[in-house]
Amino acid sequence: MTTATRDGVLLEGLRRLGAVVIFLVQLLMQCVPALARPRLIVYQIYNAGARSLIIIMLSGLFVGMVLGLQGYDLLQRFGSVEALGIAAALGLLKELAPVITALLFAGRAGTALTSEIGLMRATDQLTAMEIMAVNPLRYVAAPRFLGGVIAMPLLTAIFSIVGLYGAQLIGVQLMGVDRGVFWSQMQGAVGLHNIYEGVMKSVVFGVACSLIAVHEGYHAEPTAAGVGMATTRTVVASSVLTLLLDYVLTAAFL
Amino acid sequence: MVEVRDVHYAVGGRPIFAGLDLTVRRGRITAIMGPSGTGKTTLLRLITAQIRASRGQVRVFGRDLATLGGRGIYALRQRMGMLFQNGALLTDLDVFENVAFPVREHTDLPEALVRTLVLTKLQAVGLRGAAELMPGELSGGMARRVALARAIVMDPEVLIYDEPFVGLDPISLGVIQRLIKHMNAALGITSIVVSHDVQELATIADDSYLLSGGRIAAAGTPAQLRASDSPAVRQFMTGSPDGPVEFHYPAPDYAAQLLAAEEP
Repeated sequence: MTTATRDGVLLEGLRRLGAVVIFLVQLLMQCVPALARPRLIVYQIYNAGARSLIIIMLSGLFVGMVLGLQGYDLLQRFGSVEALGIAAALGLLKELAPVITALLFAGRAGTALTSEIGLMRATDQLTAMEIMAVNPLRYVAAPRFLGGVIAMPLLTAIFSIVGLYGAQLIGVQLMGVDRGVFWSQMQGAVGLHNIYEGVMKSVVFGVACSLIAVHEGYHAEPTAAGVGMATTRTVVASSVLTLLLDYVLTAAFL
Repeated sequence: MVEVRDVHYAVGGRPIFAGLDLTVRRGRITAIMGPSGTGKTTLLRLITAQIRASRGQVRVFGRDLATLGGRGIYALRQRMGMLFQNGALLTDLDVFENVAFPVREHTDLPEALVRTLVLTKLQAVGLRGAAELMPGELSGGMARRVALARAIVMDPEVLIYDEPFVGLDPISLGVIQRLIKHMNAALGITSIVVSHDVQELATIADDSYLLSGGRIAAAGTPAQLRASDSPAVRQFMTGSPDGPVEFHYPAPDYAAQLLAAEEP
């Protein structure tokens, strides 16, 4: 890559980042007036959150079951299967629940948000609002953004709970780890700060994924191909950013 | 009401308008006609301050749009209504809520009054019975009538119609035509109708402008335009496929291009 091309790519990247940051500031400014319409936000929490429940719960169950199985296999080599509860709880609360929930959210709710807003753009609905002197950022983007940000920690919590049940199902019910040991070890070792770490991550991922989904939809080219590409960009950007932020946050919490 | 003076505007280096002049007079129906791609919709975007002219002046209600900030533009838009080609109804709201949308956003009227207002406007477009339908359940003509009810619900001073006749069956077309005339006569709304349907416009327009090559090619009543001896105006008014606006998009020599394709 020549220096000129590299500079061009760098500049384009910076320009895009700047555009997203400006969009975030505009969006946050509209979030306060958007709070005056709680009905819209509640509907979006339902849309992004409740409608993602089945995929989140199913995934949580399977991830927990795998964790139980892998954890048991590993720990029994060292004769410390009692620690399975701790391993499963810490793995889920701190890492797996926030990250996998965010990835699933990007694929399920993020794409729905992007394509919905993109189609509103393509069918002139956003322009019509502008002409009616209604800011589409306040009416369309802000409630969806807030809905996503609120739904993400709730989904993460549900993922963790179902995941723990899955780990218990395999570890205790199938592999025969003592139930009392499993739960008491977990209770003793998992502190509030671990839960806090998971919640913080899920809030940050919620902001990142919702922002990307709303931004891509809002700026989608108003054609069928444009909306399709915007939807793809939502999944790719949200997934990569989630994993990148996960590393940054993990390092910060250590 | 609306004055466009010496407006220049270009997209990606391609000039759309080069010295456009136009006046919309209060209480009249002004038709803006022109072949596809002459910037009719762009002109509407200029008048509604969605885009800004690179040179020249656009004045609406006596205010120069270039001097207005975001709030000023929103305040101005509250005095305007616009009917989009496809209706642009909000797909997550039913017909009633679509029409009520601007009222709920801009006023704190009690629910009973909102209901009366919305039903009155729906009655005016003949769709009071469709109040509970979703936009997806409406035909193209019905969607446009709902959008018209929404556009007039705040009693605008200016109503802008973007290609209101496109894709309508003869009955729906007649209904829309009658409604435009009715809104203008009964409510005293100044109307701007952008379209390329010469026949439909001729029966309702008080003033007509013909856009061509980034300027006004002709202006006057529809009858005056029809009587024009300018080749460009005649071609458009009679729908002749060839003339000053050529049938063929600019291309290299036909024979030379065909022969070049045969070479290995």
